[in-house]
Amino acid sequence: MTSAQVAVVGAGPGGYAAAFLAADLGQHVALIDPEANPGGVCVYRGCIPSKTLLHVARLLAEAKRARDWGVEFGEPRVDLDKLRSFKDQVVARLTGGTGQLVKHRKIQYVRGLAEILDAHRLRVKGNGSDEEITVEHLVLATGSVPARPAALQLDDPRVMDSTTALELKDVPKSLLVVGGGYIGLELGSVYAALGSEVTIVEMTNGLLPGVDRDLVNVLARTVGGVTKAILLNTRVVSVRAEAGGIRVVLEGADVPGHAREQTFDRALVAVGRRPNSQIPGLERTRVKLDERGFIIVDEQMRTAEPSIFAIGDVVGEPMLAHRASHQGRVAVEVIAGENAAFAPRAIPAVVFTDPELAWCGLTETEAQQAGRNVNVAKFPWVASGRALTLDRTDGLTKLILDPETERILGVGVVGPGAGELIAEGVLAIEMGANATDVKLSIHPHPTLTETIMESAEVFFGQATHVYRPRR
Amino acid sequence: MTDFILPELGENITTGDVVRVLVQRGDTVSKDQPVLELETDKATIEVPSSVEGRVQDVKVKAGDRVNVGQTILTVEGEAGPGGAGGTGKTEESSGERARGSAKVVDIGRAAGSTTAGAKSATEEAPPAPASPSVRRLARELGVDINAVTGTGPGGRISADDLKAQVRGRLADGVVAGTGVVETGVVRTGVVGMRLATEPLPDFTRWGQVERRAMSAVRRRTAEHLSAAWTAIPHVTQHDRADITELEEARKRYTRQAEAGGATVTMTGIAVKVVAAALKIFPQFNSSIDTAAGEIVLKKYINIGVAVDTDYGLLVPVIHNADQKNIVELSVELAALSEKARVKKLSLEEMQGGCFSVSNLGGLGGTSFTPIVNLPEVAVLGISRARMEPVYQRDTNTFAPRLMLPLSLSYDHRVIDGADGVRFLRWVVEALEEPFVLALQG
Repeated sequence: MTSAQVAVVGAGPGGYAAAFLAADLGQHVALIDPEANPGGVCVYRGCIPSKTLLHVARLLAEAKRARDWGVEFGEPRVDLDKLRSFKDQVVARLTGGTGQLVKHRKIQYVRGLAEILDAHRLRVKGNGSDEEITVEHLVLATGSVPARPAALQLDDPRVMDSTTALELKDVPKSLLVVGGGYIGLELGSVYAALGSEVTIVEMTNGLLPGVDRDLVNVLARTVGGVTKAILLNTRVVSVRAEAGGIRVVLEGADVPGHAREQTFDRALVAVGRRPNSQIPGLERTRVKLDERGFIIVDEQMRTAEPSIFAIGDVVGEPMLAHRASHQGRVAVEVIAGENAAFAPRAIPAVVFTDPELAWCGLTETEAQQAGRNVNVAKFPWVASGRALTLDRTDGLTKLILDPETERILGVGVVGPGAGELIAEGVLAIEMGANATDVKLSIHPHPTLTETIMESAEVFFGQATHVYRPRR
Repeated sequence: MTDFILPELGENITTGDVVRVLVQRGDTVSKDQPVLELETDKATIEVPSSVEGRVQDVKVKAGDRVNVGQTILTVEGEAGPGGAGGTGKTEESSGERARGSAKVVDIGRAAGSTTAGAKSATEEAPPAPASPSVRRLARELGVDINAVTGTGPGGRISADDLKAQVRGRLADGVVAGTGVVETGVVRTGVVGMRLATEPLPDFTRWGQVERRAMSAVRRRTAEHLSAAWTAIPHVTQHDRADITELEEARKRYTRQAEAGGATVTMTGIAVKVVAAALKIFPQFNSSIDTAAGEIVLKKYINIGVAVDTDYGLLVPVIHNADQKNIVELSVELAALSEKARVKKLSLEEMQGGCFSVSNLGGLGGTSFTPIVNLPEVAVLGISRARMEPVYQRDTNTFAPRLMLPLSLSYDHRVIDGADGVRFLRWVVEALEEPFVLALQG
């Protein structure tokens, strides 16, 4: 039997950030995960492998577009085995790195699945091992798993979830993507770039539900160009495995008569994720779950059991790695006696399609729903020199501002590199910057970051590259 | 149906705490019959009824804080208010006043709802313009960031704005603010900042100096003790216990206990005695919630013991000390002290204390004035036991007796002087005559 001052269950980006900080603060730390190294869904079968493939997808698209610029590469030949092994190598390098960091920090890494015996005792069963650990504080970072509605449950390898889709077994001739959220769009884009005929089916009336339409429209145009069809307001009524493929029945106003029943070589179910709160023995503690299965925590990430904390996907939306890491650090600071709390003003979200779409803070949609008076300042990329050099003028940058204080409440960007650009928005919001601050901060030329500065100029009615006649 | 409304009780008395409700539903009350025992700022008074009839509903219960004009009970009346003569008039006028107050209450409520509205408006309004670092500092200082006026562009709140706010609060006499004290851990030099308002001279004018960063423990100790010292009106009561017999017994039994891996120490014995005393004097096992205007009485007994370590003062806590015997306490104490010395104490082992014991006797001293470990309300200091000539009344001689000096500091806000003496006398007697412990403890 071993003991630890802080034990972290789940070594995803939230769990390992928590464990690393705890170790750096001098705590004796145990980190428990079934994988060989820290990384979790994010590194093993999420953010990292998908971004590796999306990078390749973007390269393929760019190569094709290069014809317009006088550069001809010819038809690309994709060596799927090599691509897969590159992706696996990326994952291996990153997880190898986190594994090294575990060793350097002298963290007790226990490979296996944890069962809670009581608030201060864990049992970890691994491959042939069975270990009991007594703990002072426990951080639950068990993450989430892909959701699969009953209608889409089919035990056939051709019906994939995000995990199996990232394995990249083959490039199907036709692929049905169920769900127009970020996972469906990202993985659908990858398969489309590799040559699949992709059909995206979304239940609501638009892609990326909840995100501002003006941003989504830009993305939808491009995605529409590389996919065979995007069917909105559409439900998948049934799926059936046949020798020739996966036969689905679709239902919705936008579905043309001949498309009601279709057969696809593969289907990808990407309708969301659910919290992985089915932790064995959790019922032996005072930890409480809400009706959706999320662990209930306070702003210090503490559950109803005072010595147990929970962070990341298992405590709620948005299920994002960087939110989990931040929460993990907050939990450990609280354990160390700091008066910390999870109180962000802006959590950035990025969809890594081509173009990328990113936002943080208040969205225009949220402001409208709340009946809140805001100003929106937009800068279309057609006026950006940098966007012209990239031949990508379809982008858009927008600021959501408080009319009275001129403070920046939200930022939205669609276009190549939006995921990088959004970081400035987060900093602006967290620092309480107003439009003048952003306007007066010199941005490098020629870059896409200028679009943020010029959006702030637009707010005041005068921007260098946008002409508005005097009224 | 008639309401009995709390009438005006006297000059400047607008509110009181219900000690007891003297009637219940179904009782018949007559006029001038006491229905309520009320503790006010000035005195505890019985409140007579101005109405009569059968009690339909009692709207208050013991422990409630009630205001003049508030409905106390409802009667179904053979006779309503204003039955006879002069009293009737007063009743009417008090009734009127009550209606007036009711109006006030309504306005209050209306104001409440507008505040609620305002609150949601605030939620809609942009959050306070402060960076993450300033927001965290505010949290640590127990300051509501939304209540701070920023002096930066666009009203941006800087760390200096926060500190100015806290300084203002200190100057107003709201020492260390409720929020700060409530958190129990006073973290970021509230008082330190107050001290910082007096600039230091340049010491190098008089010779060489060396500057060292304060360690985390040192800083925390400084902040915590400053907060305790400023917030608590301290009184220290001294006494001496004749431990001649106890010390002999201790030496005798420690050999037995040593077999179990511990020595019986005077600190261990003191913890046992204090744990017993807390049961008899519950106000010594309390905390003050200034914000709520309440005293928190604890139903558990955890004793903190000050431990001197290489890197500063630490106070590990023996949980449920009343349920452990002296040997068990001594063993736990030795283990905790060792953990403290090697920096292995967990946060839980340093939290939840009700009362602290600080034994400096090992080092010497005749007496000292320990500082109460906020949010606790009392601390027992122990100095070095000395052989002294003590007058023996029965033989009319002086006898050499081993006398242990004890110093009890307490929070005068909750503990009266007489109780301070009573508590310490009880401790002295328990040490002199351990039978007391067995009998009462």
